[in-house]
Amino acid sequence: MTKAQTDSATTLGLEQEHAGLNGAADFDVERVRQKFPILSEKVYGKPLVYLDSAATSQKPQGVVDAMSRFLLKENANVHRGVHYLAERATEAYEGARAKVQRFLNAGHAQEIIFVRGTTEAINLVAQTYGKKHVGAGDEVLITAMEHHSNIVPWQMLCEETGARLRVAPINDAGELLLDELEQLIGPKTKLVAVTHVSNVLGTINPVRRIVEMAHARSARVFVDGAQAAPHLKIDMQALGCDFYAFSGHKMYGPTGIGALYGRSELLEEMPPYQGGGDMILSVSFEKTVYNKPPNKFEAGTPNMAGAVGLAAAIDFLAGMEHDALAAHEQDVIAHGMRALSQVPGLRLIGTARDKISVLSFVLDDVHPHDIGTILDREGIAIRTGHHCAQPLMNRLGVAATARASLGCYSTRQDIDALVSGLGKVQEIFR
Amino acid sequence: MNDELRNLYQEVIVDHGRKPRNFRKIDGATGIAEGFNPLCGDQLTLYVKLADGVIEDIAFQGAGCAISKASASLMTMALKGKKQEEALALFGRVHDMLTEGPNGEVKPEEVGKLAVLSGVWEFPMRVKCATLAWHTLRSALEASGAQISTE
Repeated sequence: MTKAQTDSATTLGLEQEHAGLNGAADFDVERVRQKFPILSEKVYGKPLVYLDSAATSQKPQGVVDAMSRFLLKENANVHRGVHYLAERATEAYEGARAKVQRFLNAGHAQEIIFVRGTTEAINLVAQTYGKKHVGAGDEVLITAMEHHSNIVPWQMLCEETGARLRVAPINDAGELLLDELEQLIGPKTKLVAVTHVSNVLGTINPVRRIVEMAHARSARVFVDGAQAAPHLKIDMQALGCDFYAFSGHKMYGPTGIGALYGRSELLEEMPPYQGGGDMILSVSFEKTVYNKPPNKFEAGTPNMAGAVGLAAAIDFLAGMEHDALAAHEQDVIAHGMRALSQVPGLRLIGTARDKISVLSFVLDDVHPHDIGTILDREGIAIRTGHHCAQPLMNRLGVAATARASLGCYSTRQDIDALVSGLGKVQEIFR
Repeated sequence: MNDELRNLYQEVIVDHGRKPRNFRKIDGATGIAEGFNPLCGDQLTLYVKLADGVIEDIAFQGAGCAISKASASLMTMALKGKKQEEALALFGRVHDMLTEGPNGEVKPEEVGKLAVLSGVWEFPMRVKCATLAWHTLRSALEASGAQISTE
């Protein structure tokens, strides 16, 4: 087991499911659920069973309150005015940046760039670092389990520059083949872009080892942390990667805000992303002097309320004891793996040894969309389809899967409702 | 069981979804078109053999949910031997039924056997599944051969 994994929830293996009926006794899931008003909503007259947190998580009251407080009491444009509110807003925005820095254990606050989400972060790296350092004949290495957002921006870059996109393979359980990945990192490899946790399979990739392999051959590493941030302890010093990105909305924060971590020395020499206000030191018609990171990469008025909401989401996560939260989530997923594998005709997709938060499956010859529609009428929200990972679907030999994904508020009862809903599906398609 | 679900997944639909009719290639087709539903990844290829403006043969292949496969299957059964204009007129009526339901102008009996799809109206997210084959038909008839998308 690598250091990165030891730092994470993965040490809580499936064997711990037998620890007792309540596998995570010191985690009060009912108290957590009370912080999410939407969880008491009814859908078609039935209690909502929300199993789509990998698409977007629900929001705790504290996040909504923090954003509302900012908008109602502190709103002004940041980095510009000299008045009282401008100062308060700047403090709130930069305070959020410092909070993200601590959340990621990054060395400096200026290594944190606010973006719309993980997708924008990847495009930013591709269009700035990528355009400067990836040329004709060079290679960018991704993996077979990437989300479209960690494929398409690199494809676009390769098309523009004449570089080659290469893909590290996985096994049938949905685990990266590390030896093959290592073989694919050569002298032409400029960048390795890999997801920390797969959105389809829940596989946790051994990022620390991949970073060691890549750095040994002078390649940089970008890590897509969208699915990891709500569940794992994320530590830039332990992972050692060059770039890391995540989205606020998948970790109990609002949409439209996320963060990109980049090592200081890389950000310093990268060209800017978009041009506009706030990213400059001085502008004349002859020449513009760009601001320093992170401002160099944040043109225009930023998503201030979003940043405040993200900070509140980090506070929310920090308010739960991490090991207890991880044990709870592991208990629910272990229960899910066990319960689903007992459903006749059901095949789990993604059975990696190190996995969290996602249960993908197919059921007999019933198409996932039909499963989704029938479950929906039972109040159960799951995602169905290709999950923005069509190449992975091809590799797994399925057109689509049904996916139940968990959050901190998910329970064994949610899983039991899912299993009973699948009984309804089989009743219709018997 | 929820009534709307029972209406949606009538036995005919489940049966056609599982055992679609005219699920084959047509050698010597005059028009072939591919349809994609980017939301779901559903894909179908539609083959049409037109002679003197009449659909002499029509068949499809592809992967999709029960609704999209049943809709394509029922469509091929309904259209064989029909004139091109009749086919497009039927599409208009089916489209109205799928999107407007009982609020529309089309009564289920005006679409024949395709009336089993009338329950789709209650599931707005699934209307595209049911219309995919029809949109693809239009391209096949136009013999454009271009890929069409429902978005």
